[in-house]
Amino acid sequence: MAERSFAREVQQLRLGRGEVFRGEGILAVTKALLQSGVSYVAGYQGAPISHLMDVLSDANDILDELGVHFEHSASEATAAATLAASVNYPLRGAVTFKSTVGTNVASDALANLASGGVTGGALIIVGEDYGDGSSIMQERSHAFAMKSQMWLLDPRPNLPSVVRAVEEGFALSEATHTPVMLELRIRACHVHGRFVAKDNVRPTFTLKDAIEKPVRDVSRIVLPPASFLHEQEKIRTRWPAAQQFIREHRLNEVFAERARDFGIILQGGMYNTTVRSLELLGLADAFGSSAVPLYVLNVTYPLVEPEVTAFCAGKRGVLVIEEGQPDFIEQNLHAILRRAGLATTVHGKDVLPMAGEYTAAAVTSGVLAFVDRYAPELIDRAALPRVVRPPAPSTAAAAPGPAGLDAHVHARPPSFCTGCPERPIFTALKLVERELGPHHVSCDIGCHLFSILPPFNIGATTMGYGLGWAGAAALNTSATRKRTLSIMGDGGFWHNGLTSGVGNAVFNQSDNVLVVVDNSYTAATGGQDIPSSSAPNPRRTTKLPIADAVRGVGVKWVRTITRTYDIPRMRDVLREALTTPEKGPKVIVAQSECMLNKQRRVKPQLAQLTRAGRRVERERFGVDPDTCTGDHSCIRLSGCPSLTIRSSPDPLRLDPVATVIDSCVGCGLCGEVAQAAVLCPSFYRASVVSNPGAWERVLSRLRLAVIRVFQRRVDRRLAGVLG
Amino acid sequence: MSARMEAPVSDVGTAPRPAPLRATTVAILAMGGEGGGVLADWIVDVAERDGYVAQTTSVPGVAQRTGATIYYVELFPEAPARAAGKEPVLALMPVPGEVDVVIASELMEAGRAVQRGLVTSDRTTLIASTHRVYSMTERTAVADGRVDAAALIAGAAAAARTFVQGDFARIAEEHGSVISASLFGALAATGALPFGRASCEDAIRRGGVGIDASLAAFAAGYAAAAHAGRATRDEPAATAPAATAPATIAPAPLPRVGPRLRSVAARVEQSFPPTSHPILLAGVARVADHQDERYAVQYLDRLERVREVDRQTGTGDFALLRETGRYLALWMAYEDASRVADLKIRSDRFARVRQESRVGDSQVLRISEFLHPGIEELTDILPASIGRPLRRTGWIRSAVDRLTRRGTIVTTTSVGGFLQLYAIAALRRWRRHSLRFADEQRQIDAWLALVTEVAGQDYPLALAVAECPRMVKGYGETHHRGRRHFEAVMRALPRLRARADAAACVRRLRDAALADESGDALAAALRELVA
Repeated sequence: MAERSFAREVQQLRLGRGEVFRGEGILAVTKALLQSGVSYVAGYQGAPISHLMDVLSDANDILDELGVHFEHSASEATAAATLAASVNYPLRGAVTFKSTVGTNVASDALANLASGGVTGGALIIVGEDYGDGSSIMQERSHAFAMKSQMWLLDPRPNLPSVVRAVEEGFALSEATHTPVMLELRIRACHVHGRFVAKDNVRPTFTLKDAIEKPVRDVSRIVLPPASFLHEQEKIRTRWPAAQQFIREHRLNEVFAERARDFGIILQGGMYNTTVRSLELLGLADAFGSSAVPLYVLNVTYPLVEPEVTAFCAGKRGVLVIEEGQPDFIEQNLHAILRRAGLATTVHGKDVLPMAGEYTAAAVTSGVLAFVDRYAPELIDRAALPRVVRPPAPSTAAAAPGPAGLDAHVHARPPSFCTGCPERPIFTALKLVERELGPHHVSCDIGCHLFSILPPFNIGATTMGYGLGWAGAAALNTSATRKRTLSIMGDGGFWHNGLTSGVGNAVFNQSDNVLVVVDNSYTAATGGQDIPSSSAPNPRRTTKLPIADAVRGVGVKWVRTITRTYDIPRMRDVLREALTTPEKGPKVIVAQSECMLNKQRRVKPQLAQLTRAGRRVERERFGVDPDTCTGDHSCIRLSGCPSLTIRSSPDPLRLDPVATVIDSCVGCGLCGEVAQAAVLCPSFYRASVVSNPGAWERVLSRLRLAVIRVFQRRVDRRLAGVLG
Repeated sequence: MSARMEAPVSDVGTAPRPAPLRATTVAILAMGGEGGGVLADWIVDVAERDGYVAQTTSVPGVAQRTGATIYYVELFPEAPARAAGKEPVLALMPVPGEVDVVIASELMEAGRAVQRGLVTSDRTTLIASTHRVYSMTERTAVADGRVDAAALIAGAAAAARTFVQGDFARIAEEHGSVISASLFGALAATGALPFGRASCEDAIRRGGVGIDASLAAFAAGYAAAAHAGRATRDEPAATAPAATAPATIAPAPLPRVGPRLRSVAARVEQSFPPTSHPILLAGVARVADHQDERYAVQYLDRLERVREVDRQTGTGDFALLRETGRYLALWMAYEDASRVADLKIRSDRFARVRQESRVGDSQVLRISEFLHPGIEELTDILPASIGRPLRRTGWIRSAVDRLTRRGTIVTTTSVGGFLQLYAIAALRRWRRHSLRFADEQRQIDAWLALVTEVAGQDYPLALAVAECPRMVKGYGETHHRGRRHFEAVMRALPRLRARADAAACVRRLRDAALADESGDALAAALRELVA
């Protein structure tokens, strides 16, 4: 189950012709799929396209009505291979994943799909996680489109354009027998906007038709000699067909074509930023009416030579706004213009950054440099926007400006949530390292990767999703008794880690240790279900133990810890795994439910029970400020957001004391750590019972009455000294 | 608590140009899970109802997991768009210098907005909650790693056109709601966006979750921002809220002492300088609380010599006396098992836990302590004649170790658990005969002797030495480590004393000892200074 309900968003998917859809970009894509008569949708969750998957998994009714098959694929490779249904049948299919990481995983299937080509429209929706807030390597999806000859759509980031891209994308795919990639930047996925909806379309050719009347065509299968024909077909047939389709359907857009003898060629996704830059420089109005000609590439691959030459003809220079590197489009433009014999100068990475996100600041300064070269009279130097204005020297020194705050503003990277069950695993590992010294730790992808940051500072490499153990494969030798430790999440485990990591370790006789973090969800992507999820799911098979799977591929040494917060047990099992004389791969399955999801599930339930007058016990932790000496070792072994600091109430102590704030969910780690690490006696657990039974209440009163007798004696003594 | 400042639009030295129609821009800086998205959605909802085209974007991603993130909203009036027959093109990210409203859900995030250039004096209304959510760096520091809140506030005030500040987290909490609601109220009060209060409240109602609490927090946030005083940008100091300043700076009222300490307190007032009274009275109370009145007398006896040497060599503010008084009290009131037990069983402690845990009258509270007494802790509080042999006897050591390895959880609200702690607390009476007491007194005297001896020769160095016990904190291994660091610095002292900057060296060593847990920084500093 996803970490929140999308019931409200699902209703938007029902909108009919003429009604206005208001919502997020990625939901607009979802609606557009249904409007396009899609037969099946598959994918693997991840920012920024998780919501597409989450909304569809809450939209079973609509999918059933329309006859759409929806799958949570095991991996992006599975998702991409799912598009094979469109090879022989006129079925429209869409898959989605995070890029470039997901596209990397999918690329084998995508290459095979692109080689043979498709009959039904095949759309690959890739959510770009590039630039500010990104959690992955900074690369472009563009190269995948180029290498496999798939067409790449990069529409303007407004909902009508994105919806049109989905609809035209299917048509383009069918017209050219080629899978089409639709690239959406993270902000476009999360942009709130509106568009006028159409009715959903139930596909005429159904999955049932395909299954009952199977078709095969050996010329579509990637084997010689067909594979050689495919390559020729891509170049001779599909490519020109694509260019023709793009021209005829005006997928690319030109604005203010003849306004100037210079112009800007931009990726569709860069349109809003570019227009804002022009607006700030006084070269466009708020509606995008530009004083500079714009050629907007809503299709960034392939380029359409006649369109390019038509736009560039008669222009002294063009600026290419192409985010990321390498500068594929810019290089391509050079070649096109050279071949066409046009003398138009191409600018791009000479005035814009070669690498990194094209923020409004970067684009504004690039556009300014470009326009300044071709028509400096257009620039009102007195009215430059602040972002490209040279700093005023007089005021800079006086005020505590941005630079003066540098020492007071710390980076605030993401970290484990309050009560996260993964935190104690690393706390325990810290304690083990105190005894055994540091180990080589190979990390994976998932929330647990936050271990590499303070306060844990654990982990040396991360090689990709599910590749935690594979990342330590070489470090396996009998020359030492010291072992390496690898971490893998349950998501990565089922994605591929079972084979790439565990199977590999068994086969290659690894003597090292793997910890599988089993928190019942793919937590980092929003809490979607996986085979080992502990909750029942009527549409998916869950509750499959990871330990069984691990034993199934031949691991003998398997330990399951059913409560990661049990620090002594966690520590002892880690120590045992790292020191046991037993040879062979060792796997520890560390289980506890993702706290974010657990709280979303449990909190309302408890509130309801309390309201209904039922006995409910709630726990939270606290720190006694008079025994806390303010050395904060507890925080250095935890980092929990609810374990923080405050000024000491003691006038003698200068250092802040630790404190537990109201967000505490009572996971118990603080107390466990204080004991296991022999830290300090300041932690207490408060168990608060709502609606206690009559007997419990009487007993509690009796106890307190006895305690009061002794407390009064203490109080009397203290009254003498403290007043 | 909250203040609002308005500065004249600064003349940035540019020629006036006709104001073209442009989008109104709003950036919300928050941490994942704080409801920044909810606030953005409310703004969009109000805007769309009140005739605006609204667009919001964010890059949540993994920042959802407690990281810093920005939600960005643009608004554009629908009427001119309709007249033009065109849709406005709205941007997906804030441009430095082009933001009308910045809302920061926490003080450091306000600093981040300023740092990113989003807050500018010609244009930006900055609404910031002045409460602190401490960063990992601040929280994990061995001593006090907190950044200067006043500097953040001053920086924010200097950068903004209008600066509205208040503890909107507390306001929300007081009304059982979340900070997005109180900030939304503050936003409505600023009038920075063209929406009336009623429209904003309607948006909350349409949101449908926790409506009453949200509306109450909204109203309180509105009031805090609307009724706050106005100041110009040139007087940021007037607005620094006392609550965010470190507690140690505010002059505290003189600590009260009980009737049995009256003569000791009188001695403080008669024979010690007034600047030392707050600390010395607190110190007297602390050591008497820890042991008895006799101990308090001993505390003052020990300080007599320090007072004398301070009078002779100091600058008249008795800094040496005060700081020695501070650390002497903390050292004499060292935390052994009976002290901890004594603090755990008190009635005011029970009351504090009840309050912190928000226990209602009809609810039952159970308090459990996480204790981990080992052989050291047990023999610490036993009479030396018993403790010393016990500590040396191997089989007893290992037996106790086995018994105490997993630690123990004591339920102080049960009669049995309470009496257990009560009995341990009662060992206070025999503390003077305990192993640890003798140890501590010996070391205290050595340190005091050093302070007074050094003071005659190098007053600043004596002050630095007086502050060195700050390195010794915590319990168990943490305490031992602190003690080792303290001793290492003391050992280095003879070689440092010849230097003119000896005091600075000792402070540097102390800071190095507090810089990390491992002692690497201290070792490096020692190598550099003493080698």
